[in-house]
Amino acid sequence: MNAAMASNSSGGGSDRQRIAQQRLRIIAGHLRRPVDVDSTILAAECKAQDSKTDVSSEGKTVPRRRQEIMKWNGWGYSDTKFLFNKKGQAEFTGKRYKLSGMIMPALKDWLEDTFGTNLQHKSPATPILTSSAVQPPTLNEAFVEELKSTGIPFSHDAEDRVFRAHGHCLHEIFALREGKVGRVPDLVVWPNCHNDVVRIVELACKHNVCLIPYGGGTSVSSGLECPPEETRSIVSLDTSQMSRILWIDEKNLTAHMEAGIVGQDLERLLNESGYCTGHEPDSMEFSSLGGWVATRASGMKKNIYGNIEDLVIRVKMVTPQGVIEKSCLGPRMSTGPDIHHFIMGSEGTLGVVTEVTMKIRPMPEYQKYGSVVFPNFEQGVACLREVAKQRCAPASIRLMDNEQFKFGHALKPQVSSMFTSFLDGLKTFYITKFKGFDPNCLCVATLLFEGHREKVLQHEKQVYDIAAQFGGLAAGEDNGQRGYMLTFVIAYLRDLGMDYYVIGESFETSVPWDRVLDICRNVKLRIIQECKDKGVQFQPLASCRATQTYDSGACVYFYFAFNYRGLSDPVHVFEEVEHAAREEILANGGSLSHHHGVGKLRKEWMREAVSNVGMGMLKSVKDYVDPNNIFGNRNLL
Amino acid sequence: HYNQRDPMLKKRDDFEDVLEERRNSSDLRYALRCYTPVLYKGVPPCKSSMLKSMVLQSDQLHYVISQVSKETGRKTDEVQEEASAILDEMAHCQQLSTVRFFAFTLSKVFKSLFRSICVNEEGIQRLQQAIQEHPVVLLPSHRSYMDFLLMSYLLYTYDLTLPVIAAGMDFMGMKFVGEMLRMSGAFFIRRSFGGDKLYWAVFSEYVKTMLKNGFAPVEFFLEGTRSRTSKSLTPKLGLLNIAMDPFLKGEVFDVSVVPVSISYERILEETLYARELLGIPKPKESTSGLFKARKVLSEDYGSIHVYFGQPVSVRSLAEGRVNRRQFNLVPRHIPGKPGEDIHSFVNDSAYKLVRAQEENMVLKPWVLLASLLLQNQAAGPKEGLPLDELTAQAVWLRDLSRQYGAFLHWPDQMTPSEVVSSSLSLHRGLVRICEGKVQLAVEQGLAATPEEKLLNQAVIVLSCASYRNQALHVFLRPALLASAIHTASSTQKQEVFNSFSFLRNMFSNEFILCPGATVQDFEEASYLLVKTGAVQVSQQEVVVTEGGHRTLAFLIAMLDPFLQGYQVVCRFLCEEATETLTEKQFIPAVRKFIIKHLLAGGLRYAEVLSSDLQKNSLAAFLRLGAVQKIKGYVGFDHLECLVGPPSRAQNTTL
Repeated sequence: MNAAMASNSSGGGSDRQRIAQQRLRIIAGHLRRPVDVDSTILAAECKAQDSKTDVSSEGKTVPRRRQEIMKWNGWGYSDTKFLFNKKGQAEFTGKRYKLSGMIMPALKDWLEDTFGTNLQHKSPATPILTSSAVQPPTLNEAFVEELKSTGIPFSHDAEDRVFRAHGHCLHEIFALREGKVGRVPDLVVWPNCHNDVVRIVELACKHNVCLIPYGGGTSVSSGLECPPEETRSIVSLDTSQMSRILWIDEKNLTAHMEAGIVGQDLERLLNESGYCTGHEPDSMEFSSLGGWVATRASGMKKNIYGNIEDLVIRVKMVTPQGVIEKSCLGPRMSTGPDIHHFIMGSEGTLGVVTEVTMKIRPMPEYQKYGSVVFPNFEQGVACLREVAKQRCAPASIRLMDNEQFKFGHALKPQVSSMFTSFLDGLKTFYITKFKGFDPNCLCVATLLFEGHREKVLQHEKQVYDIAAQFGGLAAGEDNGQRGYMLTFVIAYLRDLGMDYYVIGESFETSVPWDRVLDICRNVKLRIIQECKDKGVQFQPLASCRATQTYDSGACVYFYFAFNYRGLSDPVHVFEEVEHAAREEILANGGSLSHHHGVGKLRKEWMREAVSNVGMGMLKSVKDYVDPNNIFGNRNLL
Repeated sequence: HYNQRDPMLKKRDDFEDVLEERRNSSDLRYALRCYTPVLYKGVPPCKSSMLKSMVLQSDQLHYVISQVSKETGRKTDEVQEEASAILDEMAHCQQLSTVRFFAFTLSKVFKSLFRSICVNEEGIQRLQQAIQEHPVVLLPSHRSYMDFLLMSYLLYTYDLTLPVIAAGMDFMGMKFVGEMLRMSGAFFIRRSFGGDKLYWAVFSEYVKTMLKNGFAPVEFFLEGTRSRTSKSLTPKLGLLNIAMDPFLKGEVFDVSVVPVSISYERILEETLYARELLGIPKPKESTSGLFKARKVLSEDYGSIHVYFGQPVSVRSLAEGRVNRRQFNLVPRHIPGKPGEDIHSFVNDSAYKLVRAQEENMVLKPWVLLASLLLQNQAAGPKEGLPLDELTAQAVWLRDLSRQYGAFLHWPDQMTPSEVVSSSLSLHRGLVRICEGKVQLAVEQGLAATPEEKLLNQAVIVLSCASYRNQALHVFLRPALLASAIHTASSTQKQEVFNSFSFLRNMFSNEFILCPGATVQDFEEASYLLVKTGAVQVSQQEVVVTEGGHRTLAFLIAMLDPFLQGYQVVCRFLCEEATETLTEKQFIPAVRKFIIKHLLAGGLRYAEVLSSDLQKNSLAAFLRLGAVQKIKGYVGFDHLECLVGPPSRAQNTTL
């Protein structure tokens, strides 16, 4: 979102410039590629079915060699990271984000106070991947031979394979930072269109090769981990090159895309035509359309646009049994159970999503951020509940607890003028002294309104009036905007923490309204207690926020991190605590997942989540669609 | 296995006497001092009016009110008013002024009654910590009316949040006192309200509101009522169920349950209880009755020991036992009957907690003397035990009980004979020393009839037995094993176990025996007997050693009155009870039967006259299916199997 947002505010000129730069980088990357005879990429461009309406194939952000722009052992772009500069101040490098190039003076103290970290005690990552750490590929020669003849590019370069062997779970990144690599795909293949995928799947079936679809690589459910017990050759099917918008239908407000397109490209390209999907998951810079469909993703602005299941009109998925798709573009059907619901959330166990028809909307005329301070979390939740009851939720409404509020403050960039800092001080004084808010209890809701200008203003007033009933005070647009920006930046922060013995993770659930407060309190306390019981030497950070509201409940996000100095097996401790936290979530009426999915990380609870019969239904679908377990990532079931 | 937790190694805290300071400084200043307790999460205590309105406005109560109104056709307002009236009748209205009044008067009373009131201060510190972290439930043992006044007195003394106490409605009969107690923090519940949905809803919501918000520790007696025998009573589950509910439903992170063991060196109600057990009816609680009890004030009641146990986390009790997800599918304000798993979880927890109370009960040397004297008395009409022999036996028993993990307060700075004589002198009403021989004071008074004489004797015996019973929990498991070895047809381990299991099952209404823990109890008993060299246990056999006979004889004799008692009730049921009998008739009839046999000399134990034992045995026979209940009548089936040798029906194997 930030990329899209940033470009909105900074105007089209720099946008074009940036795209051009990116292309240059990508091309340069290709040119620099070492010539490796074994892993030659056969560049036979495959044409999409209807090239006349191929709106754009320009501006691809994701090259085949992801490592050219992204970190191999951390989050996001290589040029972007937090670090402590020579003066010991926290700095965010690069140029991509609003926060980029800025100094955050309060971050150091916050880290030290929250985790007991010390800048002297570093736990740096292994700088480069040693190829010897990667097992040589197990290749299915017959498959490779036939694949070559199709002209579809592929590679068995170690870096390419390692890049596609993980998502962003803590244990995955931690292992990479230590230079440890487990089972990785034996081959990476880059289909360029639906028909390429059909051919690859046919070949995989023919030669009994295991296929693991790969979209944006942002999984946090161990979904991309290669099953260590898999003895067949594993082929990672990277959809990143299938990223075209094939057509836009302005009469019906729909668009047809290839499933490999990542969120930021999709929004940017549609914006160029004056449209958007409005689907903005926090990972949208990197996550792909196909990945959203396969995990039942949820976007920040779902209150206006809906979640992925509300946005999808038609999906094409290639399975070992053939292609599954609906025969029309009708807006709703009564044709038995919706086959899309076998596809959505199938997590790559049934096939590869290749093309999606999705709803689009005209770009909003006006956007406005906002924020409200509440005296405590209870009042904040009560306000969100009321907003949901009156069904007047803005595009996005999120409630951060006190810990996150403080964290947000720690990321405030250095203030340039005396006046701003004076104004900040005045605001703080007003809220804490004049209004009597306890700085250790207060919490903040961030808001984003979208639509016609007058309606937005009207809407804004309605929401602020409700907030006032719960003791909320409007706290300005800046706080709101910063809140949303942090969403994208926070993932980078974990890498900084890991440089200083701090490990952490976020996880989510959905829960009925009447249990929101209980689940938040109990899960946070459980984390603290488990850390203590497991010998963690420092008080952990346990924090949460309500990120989505529904008629009957909310989505709650938890952040949890601790300083692991003194622990012999920090990842094990971490996993035990995370496991306990999930148990606590389930015990308190929370769901197994709201939008991250099950993957392999949460598989053990799946049967209980959907009942024996439910499990049997899913299994029988799998048995029919993929009897030989070609799509063998072993997620979900 | 059991030997990992050797009872000898149990670590317990030291005691401090709180009366010492009271004897050295002004009671008035103490009563008026600044009282600033630490609070749960800093939540200030809630005014009683505020608490009431929270209860009346709760979703839970609203739901039940509309349900009751639908069922009965009454208007909601009317039902609402009834709920409000119930609440008024029930609710406490704690006032600091009343508390201060009690602090002052109780200081005076305690100083005149007791030599010392000893409290483990480490336990107080743990409690203070617990109060700050989680809602707290205080579970004191219940042996005297004094218990809850004493508890509040101590918490006030240590500057802890005063508890809110569940008290039986019988106190309300004492008009003035009832209100005083209410103002000191008691709330009143009816003794029975079986089917009254509304009452239950008001009551449970009242308790839960206090707990959930952490306004004050909630205190109640797990045993439900005062134990007249000093044995712990089978725990009542109602309040514990309510107290655990907020945790089970996720409304609080955890609840800390603190078992408190209050041991009296001399129980105020000593002979009162004995008379009650013998069928001389309990005087109705009344204010004037309380004043008549003033003569007790002039006597010496020794010391009190109050041990605040380790706080028990309900969360950790439930870990791996309860699936809390079951509460996620129905809105939490809709009342539902707890399922079988919850029931058994609460029941097991209750037993654990009662055992925790038992373990930390302080035993005085007199408890051992009472056991020895009772056994001696039952052995036959003798002149009594020579003092030096009693002393020697007491020392032997002291060592044995310590090895069994008893929390014995034997003053080691005194010689054993000094200890014995000072104990005897404190309990001079129950013993007689004549020409250097000690026996129970059973031949006193001018009784008109042999029956009256017998009852007078029984008062003394039962009083004494109540002291012996304080040590029962220490010897119970080894005694069951000793009796099992004694009755088993062979020394085969399986045989002994079957016999043990039968006895244990039969006595599970009489003693605190955790349900389903037969194997653990057997292991514990074997461990203790082996450790003290009384038996040898091999893979196949359980054999009594040469030196073990004394221990075994003592243990068997300890259990014998109960065994005889159950047997005589059984005989009564077989011989006298014609087909059916109402429950009301049972006690008088069985008492008559027992008196007949005692007078005839066929029965040695006057304590069998205890109505407690008679009720327990009937409950056991009902449970075992030997007796049936038919609409208020009690009918009898096949009793033969009980009178005969231990049943082989138990299929548990080791």
